[in-house]
Amino acid sequence: MSELDLARLQFASTSIYHFLFVPITIGLAFLVAILHTMWFRSGNADHRRLTKFFGTLLLINVAVGVVTGLVQEFQFGMNWSSYSRFVGDVFGAPLAMEGLAAFFLESTFIGLWVFGWRVLPPRVHLLSAWLVALGAAGSAAFIMAANSWMQHPVGYEIDESTGRPQLTDIGAVMTNPVFLWGYLHVILAAAVTGTFVMLAVSAWYLRRNQHVELFTRSAKLSLAVLLPAILLNLGVGSHLGVIEATYQPMKISAAEAQWTDCGPCSFSAFQIGGGENDQDPQKIIAIPHLLSILATGTWSGDVQGMNELNAQYQEEFGPGNYVPNVFVQYWSMRVMAYLGSLAALLALWGAFVWWRKKLPTARVFLWVATWAAAAPLVMNTAGWMLTENGRQPWIVQGLMKTAEGVSPSVSSTEIVVSLVIFYGVFLLLGAVNVFLMLRYARRGLELEPDEPDEPVDDGQPRVPVLTF
Amino acid sequence: MDLPIVWFWVVAFLWTGFFVLEGFDFGVGMLHKVVGRTDTEQRVAINTIGPFWDGNEVWLVVGGAAIFAAFPGWYATWFSALYLAVVLLLVALMARGVSFEFRGKVEAARWRRTWSWSLTIGSALCPLLLGIALGNLLAGLPIGADEEFTGSVADIVTGYGLLVGVTMLALSVLHGATFLVLRTDGLIRARAHRVASVALWPTAVLLAAFAVWTPSISDAPALRGIGPPVAALVAVLAAAALLRAHRDGWSFAATAVGTALTVVSVFTNLYPNVLVSSTDAANNLTVTGTASGQYALQVMTIVAAFLVPVVLLYQGWSYVVFRRRVTGPPTTVPPDPTPGPSAPLDEGALT
Repeated sequence: MSELDLARLQFASTSIYHFLFVPITIGLAFLVAILHTMWFRSGNADHRRLTKFFGTLLLINVAVGVVTGLVQEFQFGMNWSSYSRFVGDVFGAPLAMEGLAAFFLESTFIGLWVFGWRVLPPRVHLLSAWLVALGAAGSAAFIMAANSWMQHPVGYEIDESTGRPQLTDIGAVMTNPVFLWGYLHVILAAAVTGTFVMLAVSAWYLRRNQHVELFTRSAKLSLAVLLPAILLNLGVGSHLGVIEATYQPMKISAAEAQWTDCGPCSFSAFQIGGGENDQDPQKIIAIPHLLSILATGTWSGDVQGMNELNAQYQEEFGPGNYVPNVFVQYWSMRVMAYLGSLAALLALWGAFVWWRKKLPTARVFLWVATWAAAAPLVMNTAGWMLTENGRQPWIVQGLMKTAEGVSPSVSSTEIVVSLVIFYGVFLLLGAVNVFLMLRYARRGLELEPDEPDEPVDDGQPRVPVLTF
Repeated sequence: MDLPIVWFWVVAFLWTGFFVLEGFDFGVGMLHKVVGRTDTEQRVAINTIGPFWDGNEVWLVVGGAAIFAAFPGWYATWFSALYLAVVLLLVALMARGVSFEFRGKVEAARWRRTWSWSLTIGSALCPLLLGIALGNLLAGLPIGADEEFTGSVADIVTGYGLLVGVTMLALSVLHGATFLVLRTDGLIRARAHRVASVALWPTAVLLAAFAVWTPSISDAPALRGIGPPVAALVAVLAAAALLRAHRDGWSFAATAVGTALTVVSVFTNLYPNVLVSSTDAANNLTVTGTASGQYALQVMTIVAAFLVPVVLLYQGWSYVVFRRRVTGPPTTVPPDPTPGPSAPLDEGALT
């Protein structure tokens, strides 16, 4: 494999891996803040127990989320030095803001929340929980702004002396339609992910008839957030597709394996073939007009074919192949969208069971809900593969090819070494994370019995419980 | 106002802040098995930095991102040149980072020992490798006219870089020890005090070497070049006296100042370069040569001017919230049963 392939493999692997944990963090942080608010307002011990229980699951997850994120911060410079040199003027700013505005907030207040149980005034302790959620959600904003600039560069001018883009309008960068809709899509996906985790854990207990009252509460909370989140996100994701068809038509056409211009366009729900060497696939299920609707929002809208777009780009940018990997595009889009639809059905099912007041005993639903926690992880990964693979061969659409962004001074041997090391460490951390999450999810309520409602006053000096 | 110059000093401020804050986290991580013989004692040590370590680590993230934003060429060349060293640094940061959360989760001795070692070794490698990376900026790396690294893996371990690495390691141990003296009591504090008293002398020797070697390889004028390293040495010597006098807060302040001045020394000697080329001075990466455009720097300046004071405020506040000494559950019934501030652990009762 070339340096380019290895560098791409590494960045894709570390990003996907990091993004397994991030949505859980963002989603659960939000849900834990809600639970903490419910406790603050009700004084009900059940709410406190749930806050601490799901809070601990959140913290185990945050540990791996944070450390895998460190790799990302440095990797731009390590493997993509030419890219960093080229775009730093524009791309570096959102990253620096991410740290200053979001990471500091999240990291400082998570320490305050974890250690502040008996130390902070209750109102301040509650505020800490919300600031953690805000910090987590905020960090996603800045990185999405940066990534969206790669998809659709705005707010810059090319500096004549260096040939590099220079930032001229930060407002344009932060109002990039790809950013606004992409960020909304990611945040809703994070909410879906967090609620699926909470629902899965709750369902596990309900199936065993343990702590029924406690986990019925959390099951209801997760459904209450999940249902609007997933339904909204299906719509937001759909609109993001229209936006991207405007600015990155090749990405959308490739996702549909649409080789030739069409209008109206049918949506290929399932087909065999249709990749690079086979432009005449066997379409098993094709839904008329649906692609026109998804890509343009109109009944008979035109969608440009990849062949036409490729010819267009060759005229504009010079010879080359501007078509991304069609197999990856086609199937990542469908995996994401089909799973998303199933997730919506699950949410509706859960809402129905809740409405019939049968939530604690709905055996089949609870069984499905326990295992469904894996679905958002697959959806999120598929979504990122869709958007990043669809950007190829560009690292910045229209400005720099991925091949031009690689670090010239880093050899393949070095990248193989780092790949092996990162894979090894990530696998180990992931295994320990899963082990601890499952262990705590199963036994957490017994492992850490909740504190008594009233502090015991036996004349002994008050000594803080050791948190770590 | 010359924004590239402003941002050079902002970057210096961020890296200085990082070592002053995360420095004692590294130290406590390295020392928790030394000052704590039982699991509880080790947990007491770890819990002194429990609320802070994550927020302190962000200074590194922002420090790196600030270089990316303000001096993209510096960011690109530095991290691609030190590729394998950065990989090792990341492993150390990861191992250390998860140890805090994972260590206490299972009651088994073998589990806790494993994560204690992960914490110790990670906490040692981080300041060492980061110090080498910083020192290399001044010592120089083979860099061509196109700003790219032209050397091999062998070139990234420079003599001066190694000195800075070992110095930062020693300073972290010392700074972590004075932090423990300030935040614990009883037997743990006594042990930390002993560690600090012992660690002072190698640190002072290293700083003396640093104070000689640093100005000798830089073009900085005397005051800017020699002043900060000498002042760092003075601060550490002051820490010795303050420790002897059991002035816990002041000795911690002294090691903080010593750590800060050491990092500042690298930057005062580096300016106006950002990454020296060991092959040809004409290829030095400089502040003006790698700086981003005026608009980008203006945006960043406004953002930072607003956010940095806010961050300092709430991070500072978190230290006030958790200012009490960490004592952990008593192992004997305290002799004085009347409620009040935590009674000190009975030193004789602990083995």
